[in-house]
Amino acid sequence: MSSKRYSADFINRQSFIELDARERAKALFDEGTSRELVGPFDRVESPWLPTQGVTPQEDDGCVVMKGKIAGQAAVVVALEGAFQGGSIGEVSGAKMTAALDLACAHNEKGVRTSAVILLETGGVRLQEANLGLAAIAELMASILALRKRAPVICLTAGTVGCFGGMSLAAGLASYVVMTREARLGMNGPEVIEQENGIEEFDSSDRALIWAIHGGEQRYALGLADALVDDDAPQVVDAIRHFTSKGVPAVHRSSQVELYRSRLATLDTSQQWDPRAFRELWAKNGIREGKR
Amino acid sequence: MSEYTGIRGAVWFRALTGKASPMPGDPKSVLTADAPVGNDHARFLCVVRDPHARFPCARHGEVGLQEAATLATRVREVIEHNKNTIKRPIIAIVDVKSQAYGRREETAGIFLAAAAAADAYGSARLAGHPVIALVVGHALSGAFLTHGYQANRILAFDDDGVMIHAMHKEAAARVTRRSVDELEKLAKEIAPMSYDIRDYAKLGLLHKLLHVENPEKPSLQEIRNVQNELVAAIADARSGAVDLRNRLESTAARETRKASLLVRSKLEAQWLEK
Repeated sequence: MSSKRYSADFINRQSFIELDARERAKALFDEGTSRELVGPFDRVESPWLPTQGVTPQEDDGCVVMKGKIAGQAAVVVALEGAFQGGSIGEVSGAKMTAALDLACAHNEKGVRTSAVILLETGGVRLQEANLGLAAIAELMASILALRKRAPVICLTAGTVGCFGGMSLAAGLASYVVMTREARLGMNGPEVIEQENGIEEFDSSDRALIWAIHGGEQRYALGLADALVDDDAPQVVDAIRHFTSKGVPAVHRSSQVELYRSRLATLDTSQQWDPRAFRELWAKNGIREGKR
Repeated sequence: MSEYTGIRGAVWFRALTGKASPMPGDPKSVLTADAPVGNDHARFLCVVRDPHARFPCARHGEVGLQEAATLATRVREVIEHNKNTIKRPIIAIVDVKSQAYGRREETAGIFLAAAAAADAYGSARLAGHPVIALVVGHALSGAFLTHGYQANRILAFDDDGVMIHAMHKEAAARVTRRSVDELEKLAKEIAPMSYDIRDYAKLGLLHKLLHVENPEKPSLQEIRNVQNELVAAIADARSGAVDLRNRLESTAARETRKASLLVRSKLEAQWLEK
């Protein structure tokens, strides 16, 4: 491959990551089929931020859209990583859960409606602490209910990543789509360094962070179902593929024995090289991105 | 008083089941036992401290990879065995320091292990099992999402040793650039930020607060009272929906979670518009 061709591809690429939450959500729908629900003009803002000197946002950093993807009914919920780090507050959390519950009710009426959740979030919004945590628990409950009837697809594109409690929501999804730029994990490097020291995790080591949490590694371990470039048409194709694919026979988070057997064989006396870890994990029967 | 001591879980597991050991093949940090509650034969689960755990970052009462995966297995067992019979209650006794913060944990995808446990509890609830969380000590952040927060009904003791929160005080103070004292003062004024279980009760998420004089040394009468409360919570769960709507419909939630209810009603109305 010549470097000339590579740069032409790169120039022609329409970045998905550079879009904001509203544009990302809209981009996933069939042309002209989407409309936003409880948008900024409804002004449902966080009631908890103003008393703490934080300016709220009219959509609380969460965009809900309904429409069609590949000709079928779908709801998309996109978190805006640029507002409070995409954190989950009472309102943004309630929007996500309510949207999934409505999709679930739609399925029960016989209209297959899938959900796509765009997670760019550090987890709970600390200013709303317990209501954020409760919202995540309720969102997880709604994912579990909906995914029996229609696929719930999690897309993490970049650059905030998906961390904290919201990584559990990703773990419950029917399918996970990531870019190389995206990260997915329960505890971010800073938190680990704070809790257990720099020997445990050096949060300034960017190569290490992406080697562990990055999309390529998550896909290689079978923790994500698709790895896409930061290219809007590619992202849209992947989402259309998974909404059309339907509910998987067994969800990843229900395959407990496979996971347990993998854990049992690990040597925990040392840290693992992330590259070598792919081999260790593979020995116990994983196939890349497949279940 | 609000320090994590790591003994309450084991005390209450023993008080309610008469047992104190893990099931064969399980790590020492996860206690599972079947025991009578009223007319039911319930499954009890509890995560306890194991100073010699295989994973170094899960030796102080944290919920790590093995703990989450074991909980998932032991809850799924009940779902499998009870497919066509009376759905047995599942009771999560909760006293967990936090999730395990480690590099090994992240490398092996602890988010999926935690999701697997939540999946098991949530799937049990959806299948009709009454799932009850009994918070006897700490219920922090990702650890509570993993072990307990998918329950139909949440019971908690009303003393200072009980804490349900998204982040422990020291870390929250650091992140919000406040002193612990400032944080506590602010938290007192804003219900969802409070570290006090009585303020947590105002959010409307709890089924009931229970009082035990000294939860680390309960009397026989207190244990009997808690058993009766479990029986009542199980009956209440069986008579209600399998989803978590009760957390929004409670009297306290109607007051404190007005914004959540507003979002739901607006979204529902707009969903139906053409």
